Amino acid sequence: MTQATQHSSRPGAGSSEPLLSVRDLRVTFQRQGEEEFHAVDGVSFDVRPGQTVGLVGESGCGKSVTSLAIMGLLPGRGNRVSGSAIFDGEDLLTLSPSAMRDRRGSEIAMIFQDPLSSLNPVISIGRQVTEVMERHQGLSRKQATPKAADLLERVGIPDPKARLLNYPHQLSGGMRQRALIAMALACNPRLLIADEPTTALDVTIQAQILALLKELVVDTGTALVMITHDLGVVAGLCDEVNVLYGGKVVERGGRHGLFRDPRHPYTVGLLNSIPRLDAARGDKLSPVPGSVADNLPWTAACAFAPRCSNAIDPCTAETPQWEGDQVVGFRCFNPMGGTR
Amino acid sequence: MLRFVVRRILQMCLVAFVLSMLIFVWLRSLPGGPVSAILGERQTPARRAALEAALGLDQPLHVQYLRFLERASQGKFGVSTKVLPGEDALQVFLDRLPATVELSLLALFLAIALGIPLGYMAARRHGSAVDTGAVIFSLVGVAVPVFFLAFLLKYFFAVEWNLLPVSGRQTTGLDATRVTGMFVLDGILTREWDASWDAFKHLILPAVALASIPFAVIFRITRASVLDVLDEDYVRTAEAKGLTARVVRGRHVLRNAMLPVVTTIGLQVGGLLAGAVLTESVFSYRGIGDALATAFREKDYAVLQVLILMGAVIFVLVNLLVDIAYALIDPRIRTR
Ligand SMILES: Nc1ncnc2c1ncn2[C@@H]1O[C@H](COP(=O)(O)OP(=O)(O)OP(=O)(O)O)[C@@H](O)[C@H]1O
Ligand code: SF4
Ligand SMILES: [Mg+2]
Repeated sequence: MTQATQHSSRPGAGSSEPLLSVRDLRVTFQRQGEEEFHAVDGVSFDVRPGQTVGLVGESGCGKSVTSLAIMGLLPGRGNRVSGSAIFDGEDLLTLSPSAMRDRRGSEIAMIFQDPLSSLNPVISIGRQVTEVMERHQGLSRKQATPKAADLLERVGIPDPKARLLNYPHQLSGGMRQRALIAMALACNPRLLIADEPTTALDVTIQAQILALLKELVVDTGTALVMITHDLGVVAGLCDEVNVLYGGKVVERGGRHGLFRDPRHPYTVGLLNSIPRLDAARGDKLSPVPGSVADNLPWTAACAFAPRCSNAIDPCTAETPQWEGDQVVGFRCFNPMGGTR
Repeated sequence: MLRFVVRRILQMCLVAFVLSMLIFVWLRSLPGGPVSAILGERQTPARRAALEAALGLDQPLHVQYLRFLERASQGKFGVSTKVLPGEDALQVFLDRLPATVELSLLALFLAIALGIPLGYMAARRHGSAVDTGAVIFSLVGVAVPVFFLAFLLKYFFAVEWNLLPVSGRQTTGLDATRVTGMFVLDGILTREWDASWDAFKHLILPAVALASIPFAVIFRITRASVLDVLDEDYVRTAEAKGLTARVVRGRHVLRNAMLPVVTTIGLQVGGLLAGAVLTESVFSYRGIGDALATAFREKDYAVLQVLILMGAVIFVLVNLLVDIAYALIDPRIRTR
């Protein structure tokens, strides 16, 4: 029980009150004629001002649904959300839709995965930037336009004045993502959620966008929730990492602690699947075997058991409980390592 | 944008040219033909040959076509034999045009004014009773033949309940000044309000019948298109920006959803011309459709040729306008 707290670095621990505090978040989808599906199954984590927190996991583990639930952007019908997401003293999950509209884009902003489809094809880049400022800062379009040009410049878009008049299809993938970041930062949000912001981009562009994000959150003191399936992205960016599996956080730790001494077998699997520069040539990447389709229900097992090389008897009979706190911890009967 | 428009106009000319050729060949392949139509009972092989030579019909098809083009470029499309005997065929078209334009505009207005809002509402309430009801209503719209619908409307609203006029464009004997030939508009221009109102009442039933199919099509395309757009990532982005519901709907959903609808409206104009033949016949509404039906029945080839050709030209023109409207909404076309 106490092993988990032995992680050597405790990022941001006690440094300040959390800006966002997610507790026992659950999202259940109910489709006609289908069984209930718990896409998010009791997720808790904290984000402190200025901190960058990663949510990491394979496709389908509930990363996007978690962020959309916090933003109040889940599709209207067919889902049930419970738990809480306290932002600045208010529970975002119980705010009225109009109060939520006031927060979105101003206090909390979001960047999405596919920059092309996330931009409106028939509206100029300039308009898509200024409309946020018109909405939240009471500016006229005229007043907002020079500010939009400044923003584009800040996110590294050359010739910003000309770009304002462009349409999304006239920009490259990297430029589009920069434009989306400009829109998200237009009103100086205190929290930015980035849902796989680089997945749709070329590797070189990915690095540029990550560097830009890092620079911006450091400059502005914006807290960042970084969603990714790639632990490599997390390594360079995040102060704290939450590893999600089957809708639950299975391990959490500071980036250094987690990389040096992963405890959950799934985290180990993810780490082994990161391409390493220092790996001997011919060393194969070892992705986690199996797929999420093999998952057991969390209700009376560890969902990861069918894919786990460490599995022991209780793994298929009981739910592993969280061992740790809001800063470090894991959920496993037979953890790895623990020798620190 | 200018380059786009010029290119579309050139394309349109090419299309019109090809269409004129197809129509020319098609009309000449109809059984009977102008010679039999003119000679009727008095037909003998000798007389046939003489008339064919006189009309140039013994020449090869391409020669005939070139001759036709030459005459058409001078505005000569032949003389009507049955619809308005002795009158220039082009004049028949020009006389009847305002009536059909007026009727089609009202029908199109009804179809759009009903189809788009209803389609949008149905999509927003996807799966609800409103949605299901509207879908069934639109299915009825396409399933009931225009002819039958026109007949039903006439029977109930005009004959049984006596609410609206049975036929024609204006009550006979009404002394109305003609300006454009569109009677409702004429009444407004000359401030003869009662004449305008009278013409409008004559328009209602045929316009409703004519609107039924375009309404159903526009409704269904709008509904499907709004459903698609609501699922788009950029709508979620707009919501993530906290934009007001009004801005999300108008600027982000409707504008994109209108793209396929605009194209559909252009295509429906072709359907309107076809529907006008049936509707105008039922209501004895003297427009192009009615003239076309008469010309076909009576084998008035000159009139038939002009009407079909002009119908095709109108269709192509409308679709040019639609393309321009589309480019105005969609920068991906405009800036290509
Ligand atoms: N609207 C919905 N209705 C039903 N199920 C949904 C819905 N949205 C997501 N899901 C399901 O919830 C699960 C979690 O989805 P989510 O999009 O959060 O995954 P993710 O971790 O973001 O994966 P990815 O890396 O592919 O983006 C998936 O199994 C998905 O099929
Ligand atoms: S609880 Fe058991 S099955 Fe689950 S990760 Fe730990 S060892 Fe593997
Ligand atoms: Mg996702």
